[in-house]
Amino acid sequence: MQQLKDEKFYARDVYGKTLVELGKIDPNLVVLDADLSGSTRTSFFAREFPERFINFGVAEQNMMAHAAGLASCGKIVFVSTFAMFASARALDQVRNTIIYNKFNVKIVATHGGITVGEDGASHQALEDINFFRAIPYITIINPSDAWEARDAIIAAHKTPGPFYIRLGRSKIATIPNKPEFKIGKGFIIEEGNDLAIIANGIMVNEALAARKLLKDQGVSAAVVNMPTVKPIDSELIVDLAKKYRRLLVCEEHQITGGLYSAVCEVTSLRFPVLVHPVGVDNKFGQSGSPEELVKFYGLSSSSIAEKAQQLLRQKN
Amino acid sequence: MSSNKILYLEKQAQTIRQRIISMLAKAKSGHPGGSLSSTDIMACLFFEVMNHSPEKKDSPDRDRFHLSKGHCCPALYAALSLAGYFPEEELGKLRKLGALLQGHPDRRTPGVEVASGSLGQGLSVASGMAIAGKIDKLDYRVYCIMGDGEIQEGNIWEAAMSAAHFKLDNLCAILDYNRFQIDGRTEDIMNLEPLLNKWEAFGWHVIQCDGHNIGELLESFEEAKTVKQKPCIIIAHTVKGKGVSFMEHVVDFHGRAPSLDEEIVALKELKNISEK
Repeated sequence: MQQLKDEKFYARDVYGKTLVELGKIDPNLVVLDADLSGSTRTSFFAREFPERFINFGVAEQNMMAHAAGLASCGKIVFVSTFAMFASARALDQVRNTIIYNKFNVKIVATHGGITVGEDGASHQALEDINFFRAIPYITIINPSDAWEARDAIIAAHKTPGPFYIRLGRSKIATIPNKPEFKIGKGFIIEEGNDLAIIANGIMVNEALAARKLLKDQGVSAAVVNMPTVKPIDSELIVDLAKKYRRLLVCEEHQITGGLYSAVCEVTSLRFPVLVHPVGVDNKFGQSGSPEELVKFYGLSSSSIAEKAQQLLRQKN
Repeated sequence: MSSNKILYLEKQAQTIRQRIISMLAKAKSGHPGGSLSSTDIMACLFFEVMNHSPEKKDSPDRDRFHLSKGHCCPALYAALSLAGYFPEEELGKLRKLGALLQGHPDRRTPGVEVASGSLGQGLSVASGMAIAGKIDKLDYRVYCIMGDGEIQEGNIWEAAMSAAHFKLDNLCAILDYNRFQIDGRTEDIMNLEPLLNKWEAFGWHVIQCDGHNIGELLESFEEAKTVKQKPCIIIAHTVKGKGVSFMEHVVDFHGRAPSLDEEIVALKELKNISEK
């Protein structure tokens, strides 16, 4: 744990720097923001390439529809704002004008999830993955650390079509021993015997901590990182269902419509087993420090360990 | 303005009107009113003003067209078929399962740059195309037809603000001001006036014209090309259902297709006008 705590980075810092690197090799790359470039770190790109950076002011719908227009002329467009506004505010523009046209637009939203903290419920996007997941064609990635965010951004740039990449506001721990990132693939980080914990975003680190707590309680849990929510890694989920028979799915999102739903959709169709959720249970967020909120909404490592024990007690 | 050119465009417009009526009667649903009001604008754009052709539909320097009021795609489809983007027979399959011509514009149709249908987004889309042209230092122009009811959407005014801020003089919007929307008259449902002042206040160069007078439309497009450092909007005063007596100013024909009997009468009227 000590090593994990020491290595924390802002995924959005890495995003900003990665955009600059991509901007140097790809003159076709254009970046859009809606008055949040300092927070999303697209300001790094704006400084280097002012002619390819467009700030729309506080107008997310306008920005998203512009992204479609630019993409129709062959641009690779990265669009950033907070996850709340990228999803809910401009959903029609994203659905009908970006995704339906299969345009090369990469929505990289920051400030996803409850760990936005003190700004409170209006800024804590807990439904964003749900909004996008029901729409065909889009690839949805919730990276588990800053380096996976970097890999996802580079992969999205290389891969045609619309993407939603969700980053957080707070610093995020680096996950050790992570296999190489691939779009649409989950990765087993730790093997186990009794159940598999599937997680993404900040919840991977919580799941690893929960694994240690469970080990002290005599339970052996596998931990699986599932950064791509869509398309979901069905093969891996079926393998995990067959091997462990009990799956616990952890996400910094409403239980409805996100990773938990995606996993259940696979198991119920292909190999029904017990699948339990760790997520925000039909509630809005509120102000507080990220650490306090993670505990309050039942997303901490101890909550995960508790839910794991409940899952193991439940009869099949 | 040569009278031959005007006569040619009037004939193209008349053919577009005939095709609108026939395809909608066959489809048994769709939006004749606003298609007919935008027809003369469409004829000017596709057969005189715009630099485009089916052969260069992927050419980076082609002029761009975007139909923000997507429900009036029968006018666009008629113009595209007449310009040779796809065979005329496709019009008969409008709105049918698997058709090239969807109920609202779709990129599967040659000549359609970006899908539309959800109102209020098209000016932003067109503005995005205009910005791409500026970035790439290409001198193409972007044309965007909007409906009047449509500009009740807030997104339009976001785009109005940003296009002026970005000084997009390669962007020309055309407002098909037929004064009707699906629930009734715009002045009753949600007043748009004073329109000229609104667009001017947002920083646009505003031109007003009779949207059924080919000469006035062509002059307006010429004037728009001369404007520097500002986007331009042509407020085209039009008649909903233009060209078919029983459809003109009739709100019911916003979203109702003509019956087969009505088609016969409408086509007869449209033929008579072209023979004059």
